[in-house]
Amino acid sequence: MKNISGTKVAKGKVVSAVLLKDLRIELRSRVVTNQVLPFAGLVMVMFAFALDNDDVLERVAAGLIWLATLFSLFMIVQRSFAIDTADGALDSLRVAGIDLAAVFFGKAIALALKLIALEVVLICGAVLLYRVDLSANGLVLLVTCVLCATSGLAFVGTLYGGLTAGAKGRETLLPLLLLPVVAPVLIAATRATEAAFGSGGAQTSEGWAWIGLLTVFAAVFGVGGSLAFGSLIDE
Amino acid sequence: MSQVLQRTSATGTRATRVIGATSILVMAWVVVSGLLLTPQDVVQGESVRIMYVHVPSAWIAYLAFIFTAVASASWLISKKHSMGFDRFAGASAEVGVMFMAITLVTGSLWGRLTWGEFWQWDPRLTTTAFLFVTYIGYLAVRRLEGSVEQRARRSAVVAMLAVLEIPLVHFSVVLWRSLHQGATVLNPNGDVKMDDLMLFTLFSGVVGFTLVFIWLVLHRQRTMLLVDLANNQGLDSAIVARRAEGSAN
Amino acid sequence: MKDAGFIFGSYIVTLGAILMFAVSTLQRAKKSSQLVTDKDKTWL
Repeated sequence: MKNISGTKVAKGKVVSAVLLKDLRIELRSRVVTNQVLPFAGLVMVMFAFALDNDDVLERVAAGLIWLATLFSLFMIVQRSFAIDTADGALDSLRVAGIDLAAVFFGKAIALALKLIALEVVLICGAVLLYRVDLSANGLVLLVTCVLCATSGLAFVGTLYGGLTAGAKGRETLLPLLLLPVVAPVLIAATRATEAAFGSGGAQTSEGWAWIGLLTVFAAVFGVGGSLAFGSLIDE
Repeated sequence: MSQVLQRTSATGTRATRVIGATSILVMAWVVVSGLLLTPQDVVQGESVRIMYVHVPSAWIAYLAFIFTAVASASWLISKKHSMGFDRFAGASAEVGVMFMAITLVTGSLWGRLTWGEFWQWDPRLTTTAFLFVTYIGYLAVRRLEGSVEQRARRSAVVAMLAVLEIPLVHFSVVLWRSLHQGATVLNPNGDVKMDDLMLFTLFSGVVGFTLVFIWLVLHRQRTMLLVDLANNQGLDSAIVARRAEGSAN
Repeated sequence: MKDAGFIFGSYIVTLGAILMFAVSTLQRAKKSSQLVTDKDKTWL
């Protein structure tokens, strides 16, 4: 891939440039820390109000963590692509002949880092609010689960974010498109997290089967996204 | 009379009229035979009659989504990017979503009679529901603003992603149900001992619904072309009007 | 007939949905066909 001046731009450089750009925007605007994170925390508290039972809350804590993560995913993806399309940044990158698969990976990694930061806070919140116990074995499973699930979510989120970027009514279209696709992640991550928490008498070993599904999901949409992202942006 | 027909049915041809008339006849036979002539089932009683509309609509819904996926792939692969593939994919998805809705409604009515519940979280039902929502999203993507080429590219990619998504959803739901042993779902089709007339009625249903599907898709994709052309003409005439204004000043 | 409401209901839902879809398609076709010349209608 060559840029305007005819020199080659290495893929890795594009990935890191896009990644750093997205993280720098977050550092300056603080949208995730000041808006999305409080929102996700509120969702957790609201569930406690709605369910109103300590035993039930401990039982469903894992599912609530991942639901709050999904809701936050929509907000972060929308925000990230709204900034890019408002300034025509994506178009400029395309016209400059930048490899769009590299842009995809850059944005996906930035999204994954933001999500992981969010999930760590949500899990700590669940331990405090819903009185979840976490063993050492469970912690290993939980960390693996967070990494695999988040990479899947980041790939899918970036792909569909690119699809709806710049379109009218994207705020409502994105959840409609994304929710059915991320259903396997919700199921698998919730079961794995339940196993890690030992909620409802689940064994830690039961969780590892779900990690396989999460890995397959991340791989499928990582490959699919890097192939399709360019043609969705390119118009 | 033929002139009046010509004007009222802009997307109709002799072929569609023959298909339409035949499908009305076949559907009428299915209704009469399904409701009145066929015997009741030993196990399920009268409720087995829902099968004659439920099974064919499920079959057509799945067929329509397969057509959409194949047409989308053809659009992406073909060098010419013929818009015919795109219109066929869109028309097939629209008809498929309608038949999927029919399948879910008639299925839950039948489920209430045979299982005592409207809904069971069994893998087949859950995957079907996800397929339904996914293709509603696909149709929403087709309605996004933009050129005809943009619509074709976006929706073809979404259709391909749906092909990736559905097996993952199905597999995860199977795994989910196998660990959480719920109520055992009895397979409604497997329990029915069908005599010749029941089999023939079910077969007629499949034929009739397939004819209806062909008729609807033909008309839908032609309508889509008309709407695209009409939109283009609106744009062209607007440009001409602005130019006329410009030269007049 | 036992459960007649459910059985007739499913037939009415099925046929009604198909009919509504067909009618709306034909109406849309009729409306936009007036704006398009016959030589663009490749199927005629």
